[in-house]
Parts: sequence; C-alpha cells; structure tokens
Amino acid sequence: MAEAAAVAAESLAGGRARAARTVLNQVVLPGEELLLPEQEDAEGPGGGGERPLRLNAGARSRVRVVCGPGLRRCGDRLLVTKCGRLRHKEPGSGSGGGVYWVDSQQKRYVPVKGDHVIGIVTAKSGDIFKVDVGGSEPASLSYLAFEGATKRNRPNVQVGDLIYGQFVVANKDMEPEMVCIDSCGRANGMGVIGHDGLLFKVTLGLIRKLLAPDCEIIQEVGKLYPLEIVFGMNGRIWVKAKTIQQTLILANILEACEHMTTDQRKQIFSRLAES
Amino acid sequence: MEVGMHTDSKSRAETGAESGPRGPGCSLRHFACEQNLLSRPDGSASFMQGVAEKSREQLIRNTCEAVVLGALHPRTSITVVLQVISDAGSLLACCLNAACMALVDAGVPMRALFCGVTCALDADGTLVLDPTAKQEKEARAVLTFALDSVERKLLMSTTKGLYSDAELQQCLAAAQTASQHVFRFYRESLQRRYSKS
Repeated sequence: MAEAAAVAAESLAGGRARAARTVLNQVVLPGEELLLPEQEDAEGPGGGGERPLRLNAGARSRVRVVCGPGLRRCGDRLLVTKCGRLRHKEPGSGSGGGVYWVDSQQKRYVPVKGDHVIGIVTAKSGDIFKVDVGGSEPASLSYLAFEGATKRNRPNVQVGDLIYGQFVVANKDMEPEMVCIDSCGRANGMGVIGHDGLLFKVTLGLIRKLLAPDCEIIQEVGKLYPLEIVFGMNGRIWVKAKTIQQTLILANILEACEHMTTDQRKQIFSRLAES
Repeated sequence: MEVGMHTDSKSRAETGAESGPRGPGCSLRHFACEQNLLSRPDGSASFMQGVAEKSREQLIRNTCEAVVLGALHPRTSITVVLQVISDAGSLLACCLNAACMALVDAGVPMRALFCGVTCALDADGTLVLDPTAKQEKEARAVLTFALDSVERKLLMSTTKGLYSDAELQQCLAAAQTASQHVFRFYRESLQRRYSKS
C-alpha cells in the first residue's frame, strides 16, 4: 500500500535519532533521541554506513556535553523527556561541548540547588522553619541561616512571612533545605521580605524571560512607577509600589506579559504612562 | 501535582488546534485540542475526538505509569483527573489522548508520548477505526490499544467481544498506522502552542 508506506516514511519522533544541532530552537517531544556532534560521522547516511578508518582506532575524541533540564542521558545519546524548544549554549572557556537543554513552559516548580526562591513560612518547630516553596514538600530553613543570627539573637520570623532565600540542598531524594545567607555569610538581598506588597504566581518560563540580562519589560516597568520587586525562580513574584492601585496594575501587567506580543505591551505601557 | 482535563467525543468547531480526517484508508474523526485552559491545576488539556469505571481508571493509570519517569519524583503522587463532558464512542481512547496531553502540559518527565486508538469489528469482519457509539454497540468486538510514540509499541490493550487471532493482528496493525496521525496532530498542536511565545 503506497499510502501506508508514504505515511510511515514521514513518521515523527520514532526510530531514527536526529542530530542535536539540526533540531536547535525547534520544538522537541518526549521520546525523541538526539545525537551529539561527534557521533554524526559514525552514523553516516542510512545508519549502517562504514566507519572511516582511523589510525588510533581505540581513542575517539570525546567532547563533554552538559545535559540540562528536559534531557536525560540514554547510552551515548540524549533522550528528550519534556516538550519544549531545544537550546544550546556554547562553552565560555573553550573546553567541553556546551550545554543542551529544553525550554519548556510549565507551572510546577521542582527545587534545584542554587535557585533563589520566594517561600512562605508555614510552621516553626524548634530550630527550624518549614517554608512552602511550591514543590512537593516544604523546605526547611534553620534559624541560624540569617545574617547576624546567633543562638541568643534570633531572627524575627513569624508564620506567614515571606522569605527570599536559596537552596543549598535540593535533590529528589532529600527534603530541600534553604538558607538566607550566601557562602560568605552575608545576606546579599535575601531574608524576610517586607509586610506590604503583593505576591502572585506566574509560569516558570515567564520568570526566566524576565530575569534574562536584557529584558525590556523590566526596564519599561521601572520607568512607569517607582517599585520594589522580587522574583523567585519558583514562579512567584512579589511587587510593591507606592499605592495599592499601582501595585495591582503592575501585578496585572506582569501576569499578562506572558500572552502579549511586544507591540501590545508597548501600547499598554504608553497608555498607562499618559494616565 | 494535579492535572485536569475535559474529554469530549462530540464533533464541533473549537478554538485551539484542529485537524480534519486524514488521507484515504484512515477514517479517524475530527480532532481538536486545547491546552492550559484551567489556571489552578499544574497542567490541563482538552481533547475532542470525533465525536468501567474502576477498570477504566486502572487501564489509564497503568499506561501513564509505564511512560512517566517516576524515578525522578520519588515520594510524590501525580493525580490525573478526567472529566467526561460527553461520550460519543471511543471514550477510552479519548481519555488516553487527553491524559497524555495534560501530562505534557504539566511538564511531567516522560520517556515517550502515548495515544489511544479504538477498533471495532462488525459482524462481517470489517474493521472500523475510531467508531461512534452506535458502531460500538452493534460491533461484534471492540478493541482499544494504547501505543507509544517511539516504536509504536503496545502499552495497553483492552478488548470486548469475539475475534480471532488474525483479526487481532489486523486491528493492531491498523491501530499502529492510525497512531501516526494522532502523534502528528500532537506535534502540530504543541508546535502551535510554542510558536506563540
């Protein structure tokens, strides 16, 4: 049946693995396998091609590639586990093959070591605070993990407070632990967030977009009103402006930024700047 | 984690991704899919096709368990909530498709995508893919398969009625061919979603 054969030939996401660099910035689906650059020569057209003769048959030059979120190592190939766009970053210092990852849009946060997040204190038990960070279990925060905290000088943290901190332990096997000091013992902006302001949730992709080095949205927002803003990698944003109305306007703009194109956004900003 | 979805087997025009019947030899009904339509759960999808209860849930659960990388999320429960809006035949296949799209939308790590395809064998032995409720009731046998996207392997099969071994193989082959259309539809609707950003 010619039609069935034609359909089978254009089957997607099955059978043949593709070279990673041909799929860059395209949408990849779970189950696809990707070949790394050094393996493309060995594969050859048609899959069963001859290997080029080499003088040192044993040693093949290996490039160390870092497998980022959404990818898993499967033999010597990469297996895609999440749907999204495949991205690649060249190595800065020249060694290694860079980083590959999948840029996916999701709402659920999974704790990662080193991420700065906004948490809500849910319980105080002995020497430890339990902080809800949006993951599957609450993170623990020791009362000594604040700048200038000692056993006599406890930090003033109550249940319901907002905390900005970073993870020191975050893997799938252990309960996540966070701290509000950096490795030198300084707060560096972390700690309890003030009592006013508004906390709201957005998708993780939007946070990454807003935290990118040259994000126009934040510059434009800053020109509108004076404001304080804190971004948590767990999808939470805390914002505070002079009046409640301005705070709500800012929150609505940031939530809507996800779905607006650049022109629509500029229109809204210019309209707000006039009023 | 919570994933919610609506399944609707009635054919109607809908915003979101849509596809019409594809190619000669494949008689699947109209699909339509919409993603991320509920704001509270972590992921959600709506899948419309065409148009048991404890055991049906168990079948869907087994399929999802075979495909989701549970080792990355120990001590975590993943809840999949399915809400049937209307049933116009091929309900289990529609539920499987909706579950797959919702898991992808929630960002749950999976080793492959999966889809559901239903075949009905009527009294003459004619094979009908994606049958309506009427065709299912009059059929001699109804077979539902869940297939994965990497090598079209069989993840789950449930059958009702009388059929021979040769007919089973025939239905399975037809389902494997039909699943390609479903996976192509998944790819197109996901590409459309990511093209907006």
